[in-house]
Amino acid sequence: MASNGKTNGKAKGNGQWVGKKFKRKEDPRLVRGISHYTDDIKVPRLAYCVFVRSPHAHARIVSIDTEAARNHPGVLAVVTAADLEGLGMIPCAMQMPDLKIPSHPALAKERVRYLGEPVVAVVAEDAYAARDAAELVVVEYEALPVVLDMEKALEKESSLIYPEFGTNKAFTHAMKSGDIDAAYKKADRVVKIRLLNQRVAPTAMEPRSIVAEYLPGENRLTIWASTQIPHLLKTQVAIMVCLPETAVRVIAPEVGGGFGSKLNVYAEDGVVPWLAMKLGRPVKWTETRRESLMVTIHGRDTINYLELALKKDGTILGLRAKILADMGAYHQLLTPLIPQLTALMLPGCYKIPAFDCEIIGVFTNKMSTDAYRGAGRPEAAYDIERLMDCAARELNQDPAKFRSKNFPQPKEFPFTTAAGLLYDSANYQQSLKRALQLAGYDKLREKQKAAWKQGRYFGIGVSTYVEICAIGPSAATPAGGWESGTVRIEPTGKVTVLTGASPHGQGQETTFAQLVADQFGITPDDVTVIHGDTLAVPYGIGTFGSRGTAVGGTAIYFAVQKLKTKIAALAAHLLSAKPVDIVIANGRVGLKGNSKKSMSWGELVLAAYTARNIPPGFEPGMEATHFFEPSNFTFPFGTHVAAVEVDAETGETKIEKYVAVDDCGNVINPLLVDGQVQGGIAQGLSQALYEELVYNEDGQLLTGSLMDYALPKAAHIPEFILDRTVTPTPVNPMGVKGVGEAGTIASTPCIVNAVCDALAPLGITNIDMPLKPERVWRAITAAQANIPVAAQLTSKPGARSSRRPA
Amino acid sequence: MKKNVRIVINGTEHRAEVEPRLLLVHFLRENCALTGTHIGCETSLCGACTVLLDGMAVKSCTVLAVQADGRSVTTIEGLAQSENLHPIQEAFWEEHGLQCGYCTPGMILCAHDLLQQSASPTEQEIRDGIAGNLCRCTGYQHIVNAVKSASRKLNQRQRAAARAAD
Repeated sequence: MASNGKTNGKAKGNGQWVGKKFKRKEDPRLVRGISHYTDDIKVPRLAYCVFVRSPHAHARIVSIDTEAARNHPGVLAVVTAADLEGLGMIPCAMQMPDLKIPSHPALAKERVRYLGEPVVAVVAEDAYAARDAAELVVVEYEALPVVLDMEKALEKESSLIYPEFGTNKAFTHAMKSGDIDAAYKKADRVVKIRLLNQRVAPTAMEPRSIVAEYLPGENRLTIWASTQIPHLLKTQVAIMVCLPETAVRVIAPEVGGGFGSKLNVYAEDGVVPWLAMKLGRPVKWTETRRESLMVTIHGRDTINYLELALKKDGTILGLRAKILADMGAYHQLLTPLIPQLTALMLPGCYKIPAFDCEIIGVFTNKMSTDAYRGAGRPEAAYDIERLMDCAARELNQDPAKFRSKNFPQPKEFPFTTAAGLLYDSANYQQSLKRALQLAGYDKLREKQKAAWKQGRYFGIGVSTYVEICAIGPSAATPAGGWESGTVRIEPTGKVTVLTGASPHGQGQETTFAQLVADQFGITPDDVTVIHGDTLAVPYGIGTFGSRGTAVGGTAIYFAVQKLKTKIAALAAHLLSAKPVDIVIANGRVGLKGNSKKSMSWGELVLAAYTARNIPPGFEPGMEATHFFEPSNFTFPFGTHVAAVEVDAETGETKIEKYVAVDDCGNVINPLLVDGQVQGGIAQGLSQALYEELVYNEDGQLLTGSLMDYALPKAAHIPEFILDRTVTPTPVNPMGVKGVGEAGTIASTPCIVNAVCDALAPLGITNIDMPLKPERVWRAITAAQANIPVAAQLTSKPGARSSRRPA
Repeated sequence: MKKNVRIVINGTEHRAEVEPRLLLVHFLRENCALTGTHIGCETSLCGACTVLLDGMAVKSCTVLAVQADGRSVTTIEGLAQSENLHPIQEAFWEEHGLQCGYCTPGMILCAHDLLQQSASPTEQEIRDGIAGNLCRCTGYQHIVNAVKSASRKLNQRQRAAARAAD
């Protein structure tokens, strides 16, 4: 059996390097600590910025006294909203018919609307002086009523965060297909559940950081930033500081994780460049961890009302959903988009004839939500996979068999879902079968029966997920979904690759080198991948939405094909042959089946540069760029199975086994794919069990440090048993789908399903996340008080639960 | 009032006049330009800033530079011997024990301390031993594999050294 995180399944390799566990090219500099993240960047005359932030969730700013701060030694500037002349608003890229987009100034004007909203910026000669001076700023506030609970926020009597809107509703959006009323009429049973998807913090280990330097002579604003989207940031900063875009250069050096949180344009991204321009000094701001938890975007935070209409044989007839999504106080770049992705993916991997989904975006006095690993899809998978388990229990059916009954067949692909998406390719049956086999599902059920008899709470959770990746066709994205790739064979034969998909830990320097090496018959060591510098790299979109390989890699693949055509033309000319007969392999370019008629890779490339003997019309040089526009998204899928035991005395959940069978299409580097899956599972599992951002009734963040925000440590995470099935996508020529978010999407419902399954004898159908021991213990204790002990222990595995008296 | 400190860092002596409140991590990063030591929380909870102080792993965000006066510090930059990676660095590379690399220097130095205390730790001992260092990318499995592999490498090296001494 596969174990210890090693993969059992054979990845399909289609070359010498693709499909191989190749050690990462970026690692030697990282393990030596000699690489540079943004906070490591130093430029001469660098000044340091610190922000004074609102201590209130909602308040009117009465006055700001900056005098003492200004007089503090080493202070260069103290700036409020009134000073920020010429700095534009924080952008939101979304457009929807009834979307309310509040004006979002970089420093708060008149009102603060969430805890930590920046009010004053202080710049000093060193970071200590800046922090000292920030302490001396006096802001007087008049507290306003705080709106925190989404359902209360929608009530008529609720106070309003934006009186000018007349409502706290940011938008409503409906998605419908089929005849939902007919489905309900036909249904033998309707299963209903209310699920909370709690607010969590992405928590990249590297906090956000930005350095800005403006050289007026050259009219050049250079920005080093910890970002997933250097080009989009460049455009947005140029707009905010009113410079022509050609004057702005963004460099994303090493980026220490993002998980969606650095796919954004923040207040600090506007203020710091503005300060650098006004002061004529380079300025750096680096977030503290407290700021990171407070004012880097949050993820999830939805309330979900779900109903599944069923026939008693287990056939799904319809799905109805109402989702409230907490926007926070303002929209960040993609805030209102995230719940749309939830609605799109709500039907999961099931045939659902009728679908009726309503989403309501709600303003609250909290930090904005936005893309956090999975971005809307983990919420969808949680909803549908929890609902499937509840339905299976209601129908007294095995949850795996119940799922399988509602899967589309492999021959039905491409498959149009109830939400109108066209799923590219899949074999859900094979994935489920493999995962159940690896987990030893039947034995686990026997073990459960025995455990229940002994009064122990052992449970098995299954989640069969599908996700939407390779984002995406531009028509379906707010700011272009394509990606750029440039391949340049240098005169020495070495290859430089420029990618717009700027990574932040994914390893694109390695995987892209592998794919190029195979195409040219060279080694990955001959290929250098450059990213993250907008002056060097053609315009690109970035790394998010599991798009790096499937969109960014494909752009490179097509650029390579353009060069191969060029190489064939030149080689044919030099070798007196036809281009179609030219083959490129093992460092040589020559004639198919004629080993004598060939030349070395180096000779051929050099000939393109010396250009003394080139065919008529041949463009000298060896460089090609491709902007790849995907025709569809890709839809990776898989099955995760967890076995857990819940300690009824303490409420603690112990994960005894975790099996993940994922299908991301063809695999370029299995080592890196395993890494993505494991990291993803850990994050999703952690949402299920540990993580939660908690605001108190005043809108104060109670989980503002890593002491209170429960990020998992090594001992909290079990070993994972991994395997893969390989169903290539027809959407791109490499057949790759994307894998960055799979683990996060599948694992959360898998764990909660397992815990609820363990507690089935108690009649417990749901406990809201995170399943902290106290919360589980309280649920168990409440249930035990209502059910006679004998009844608790005689429940059959998979049997319909005994009902708690109301 | 500023204080004079003399700290040996990666074998080189650094003298400076510092504010008593200056954190060791800021001294390393700002005064000595050794930016391989990262700051992840400034509250000793994430371990990104782990360095060896007289050979023992400490979180340099909760050590004052003046507390390191007269002592010796090893940072990640000082671990490899010239061209050769340290076996722990090698193991992290081979086992894909890092993704974004931000926690890596601290994680490697923590593993160094762990393996000095226990040459062949069990899986559970490794997981408990690195509990003070957070990683958000890997889910820890490949880090645990790397520490196991480093343990094997170091034990082999020790056996070879012992044989050579015989």
